[in-house]
Amino acid sequence: METVKKIQEGDVRTASRLIRRIEDGVLEARSTIKKLFPLTGNAHIVGITGPPGAGKSTLVDGIVTQLRQKQKKVGVLAVDPTSPFTGGAILGDRVRMQKHAEDEGVFVRSLATRCALGGLAKAVGDAIHIMDVMGKEVILVETVGTGQQEVDIINHSHTVLVVLIPGMGDEIQAIKAGIMEIADIFVINKADRDGGSKLYRELVSLLDMAPASAFASGWRPPIVKVENSFVPESFNNSVAELTQKIEEHHQHLLASELMVSRERRKAAVELSEAIRNTVYEPIMDKLITEGTIDAMVEELMAKTSDPYSLAERIAQRFLKS
Amino acid sequence: MYFVKEVLEQSSETRKKWEDEVKRAVAKQADQKPEAHWSTVSSLPIKRLYTPEDIKDLDFANDLSAPGQFPFTRGNQATGYRGKYWTFRMFSGMGSAKTTNERWHMLLREGQTGLSTAFDYPTLMGYDTDSPKARGECGKCGVAIDTLDDFLQLVDGIPMDQVTTSMTINPPATVLWAMYCAAAEIKGIPLSKIGGTIQNDMLKEFIAQKTFMCPPEPSVKLVSDTVEFGTKYVPRWNTISISGYHIREAGSTAAQELAFTLRDGMEYVEDVLRRKQMDVDEFAPRLSFFFNAHIDFFEEIAKFRAARRIWARAMRDRYKAKDPRSWWMRFHTQTAGCSLTAQQPYNNVIRTATEALSAVLGGTQSLHTNSLDEVLCLPSDHAVQIALRTQQIIAEETGVANTIDPLAGSYFVESLTNEMERQAWEYIHKIDEMGGMVAAIEKGYPQMEIADAAYKYQRQIDAGEKIMIGINKYLTTEEVPIPLVEIDDEVEKQQIASLASVRRRRDGKAVKSALDNLKNACKKGENVMPFCIEAVKNMASVQEICDIYREAYGEYRDPGLF
Amino acid sequence: MGNTETQGYSKEERVKMAKRTLRVMVAKPGLDGHDRGARVLARCFRDAGFEVIYTGCHQTPEQIAAAAVQEDVDLVGLSCLSGAHRYLFPAVVTALKERKAEDICVIGGGIIPEQDFKMLYDSGIKEIFTPGATLDGIVEWVRKNVMVRE
Ligand SMILES: Nc1nc2c(ncn2[C@@H]2O[C@H](COP(=O)(O)OP(=O)(O)OP(=O)(O)O)[C@@H](O)[C@H]2O)c(=O)[nH]1
Ligand SMILES: [Mg+2]
Repeated sequence: METVKKIQEGDVRTASRLIRRIEDGVLEARSTIKKLFPLTGNAHIVGITGPPGAGKSTLVDGIVTQLRQKQKKVGVLAVDPTSPFTGGAILGDRVRMQKHAEDEGVFVRSLATRCALGGLAKAVGDAIHIMDVMGKEVILVETVGTGQQEVDIINHSHTVLVVLIPGMGDEIQAIKAGIMEIADIFVINKADRDGGSKLYRELVSLLDMAPASAFASGWRPPIVKVENSFVPESFNNSVAELTQKIEEHHQHLLASELMVSRERRKAAVELSEAIRNTVYEPIMDKLITEGTIDAMVEELMAKTSDPYSLAERIAQRFLKS
Repeated sequence: MYFVKEVLEQSSETRKKWEDEVKRAVAKQADQKPEAHWSTVSSLPIKRLYTPEDIKDLDFANDLSAPGQFPFTRGNQATGYRGKYWTFRMFSGMGSAKTTNERWHMLLREGQTGLSTAFDYPTLMGYDTDSPKARGECGKCGVAIDTLDDFLQLVDGIPMDQVTTSMTINPPATVLWAMYCAAAEIKGIPLSKIGGTIQNDMLKEFIAQKTFMCPPEPSVKLVSDTVEFGTKYVPRWNTISISGYHIREAGSTAAQELAFTLRDGMEYVEDVLRRKQMDVDEFAPRLSFFFNAHIDFFEEIAKFRAARRIWARAMRDRYKAKDPRSWWMRFHTQTAGCSLTAQQPYNNVIRTATEALSAVLGGTQSLHTNSLDEVLCLPSDHAVQIALRTQQIIAEETGVANTIDPLAGSYFVESLTNEMERQAWEYIHKIDEMGGMVAAIEKGYPQMEIADAAYKYQRQIDAGEKIMIGINKYLTTEEVPIPLVEIDDEVEKQQIASLASVRRRRDGKAVKSALDNLKNACKKGENVMPFCIEAVKNMASVQEICDIYREAYGEYRDPGLF
Repeated sequence: MGNTETQGYSKEERVKMAKRTLRVMVAKPGLDGHDRGARVLARCFRDAGFEVIYTGCHQTPEQIAAAAVQEDVDLVGLSCLSGAHRYLFPAVVTALKERKAEDICVIGGGIIPEQDFKMLYDSGIKEIFTPGATLDGIVEWVRKNVMVRE
């Protein structure tokens, strides 16, 4: 098929149109993804997460520079939140990466969360497939924060960077609350600031305290300090070190069983997202458009029924088993 | 206490009576404007009436005193404008150096008393006219300068030992100032005799105008280099003009303009002090400021008066300056470009006149008045003349210069001045807590405050809550054409050709070695000025020098915060 | 060709299910940094429910076009106050054409004298907004004239 071929040739226009149609939920776009799927699995997917303003985009920009020096083809997916009030969004990550705009070896695409329950992760997953088939060797996925949505997105990646900055106060708290498990590499950004070494020490002791089982595969997450991005020389040096670590982690994954288990995790996530997308959401949409949901809410308000009975009624109608 | 007890009692009594009367009248009034209508252009609420009670805590000696005395609320100069009018300084520059030179001679003939240079965008950003980034920009917004060759044409026939020249130049300030110094030397005028100002205020570029090249820290380092060099060798030069003008044009409120500008000033002072090469009283007297005169008449006057007072307090108490001249805030003012409209452009003359009057009543040292066509194109000769005449009429016909600070003691103006000062300190302290202005900029704090204010104002205009005649009220369809000045695309071609010819003529080896020396100085952290002067004398171009800065210090890119 | 993913849905249902959102780019070509207007406009587009990509200041026409293609925007809004629009605006249109993206609508704003309008329209600029245009007016124009491209 024409589209698939063009994407394989790396055609940006076709690829970005397709991503758009996926984001917008255009059903026909799925048939292309079906054809792309068997062709995927070549790219190294790197997730980057951390609190707002931690310098993630600046870091991605630096990593891209490093990868380009090694002639790697790079894809970037930058996710920004949609305003829950207006449905609009200013997608601001790209500004930091504009110096690569004209480099044909780099494809930067911004995505809005669109307040979609699980839908976003789906679009990200498909966009990763598209970039993979385009021949991008490394795909960087930037998301903000540490919520469920981000964890879902992070599940699509092989290597996860958690970016922290000194002086956030409760950063270690956040780490304990779940980020620890997903981090393959810790980055202390703006490490030149007050509190940089303190954060480093805290992280080290946190890693020291973790049970041996946490690093069963033999990978203990390294902590990379990145210097002030406004001082080009030291920034570039530290980002070079970081890029090296990313590469090492990739090699580690490939050499151990880990890559297979990450791929399995990714596959499971994709499947559940696809089910949500093809089963749950259409049913919900139908129920909403035909007014069933409103009617059922009224029943609940009047206490003439209960949520379980109503859900079972829906299950009977849609699930044939 | 500013008033005796009896006055305050009488004031309170009469005010209450007045309030009752107002209540009665208001009850009968049919079309009530919302409270917000009676706020300043910055949305600062204004009361219907001010009384002695509003300034009862004013401390005469500490807050007002007399002109020429601390805290200089009433002016720096004991003689006021009777000693000397403010300098009539029209900002100009267009096309080639030759065209601009002709405009300068015209202005001097018409009674202008100081020169002020507008450079085109490639020059402002440190690119040569033949750079791919400069395409389409040559001479459009100011004069195109690539090498000393152009600069010598620019100052041809200008008595550099008599007229002071201001140059609105920021990232490449060292380069253009070096050219001015070199040109003087060639004309046989010693550096100690030349006078003028380089704008050279990089912090406000990050905050507002976005003409930047290197990151904040090295940018401030270059500024401090000029401050040190100027203090030693060019004592009549103001090596920095700490500017609120652009902050305001970017959409800030009056209080934000005041606060961010003054905090920028403090940042520069702190940087020079950190270098431990000079005592505060050695350089502080040469720091100068630059404000916007916006359309809200009294708010602006209060802003100017508060500015002098805050700076005096900061210099004396915060930085322990002892020389009263270090306490002075001397400033240039420009009427607000953003208050002008492309619709019914002749109305701009009235706006500019009002704004200029507020600057004069606020005690400015120097003034640029915008031309009526400046929202449409470069100003025409005729429009510039009207703008200059506006100043001359204010100075010589209206009588406002007869007495110093005529609005002092006005309940309203004093109260508003206090309010401006209060709001400014609040911002200043907040920025102190963030670790200073560079840190605040890196956090995007002032940028976001301004963006919020700009958005709010635009919404108010769209909703008709704030009025701009010709934009959202009293629209006309009939158009009175005004002649437009446009820069021919031919200028770019000629400029590129003449740059190529300079490159052919100059001594390539000498250029390279001068640039290498500059590079070394950057690496070692030495003062760049002497090396920069050497490089321009050898006909190194603006971009060749700026590329060295970019390489040594890194390039700053728009963070595009929202 | 059997399209299993669309089976069982009428055309209208499919259209309804697709949540098309307008994507727009606000860009500042050239060297001038006066971004007050561009930033106010970007916020206003966001508040109108569009997805906005802002390029930041100091962009070359080629950078803008490349970004517009990568982001698959429906509209590029250019802002220029330096007087270089006569070169910069048409250059963006040309750069888009070179990337086979001439279907992306390009509009411009800034200090643009009326005598330049014709030249800009001829070069492919769809609309020009000068100081005094209201935000709502611009949004309305976009809603009326810019569609999500199929
Ligand atoms: N001081 C300092 N500032 C930095 C550094 N890196 C980035 N910044 C600044 O921090 C701000 C945020 O940087 P971004 O790269 O956009 O951060 P982000 O994590 O991608 O932000 P979001 O995507 O909005 O969550 C910008 O103004 C950067 O210029 C650094 O190393 N030191
Ligand atoms: Mg980001």
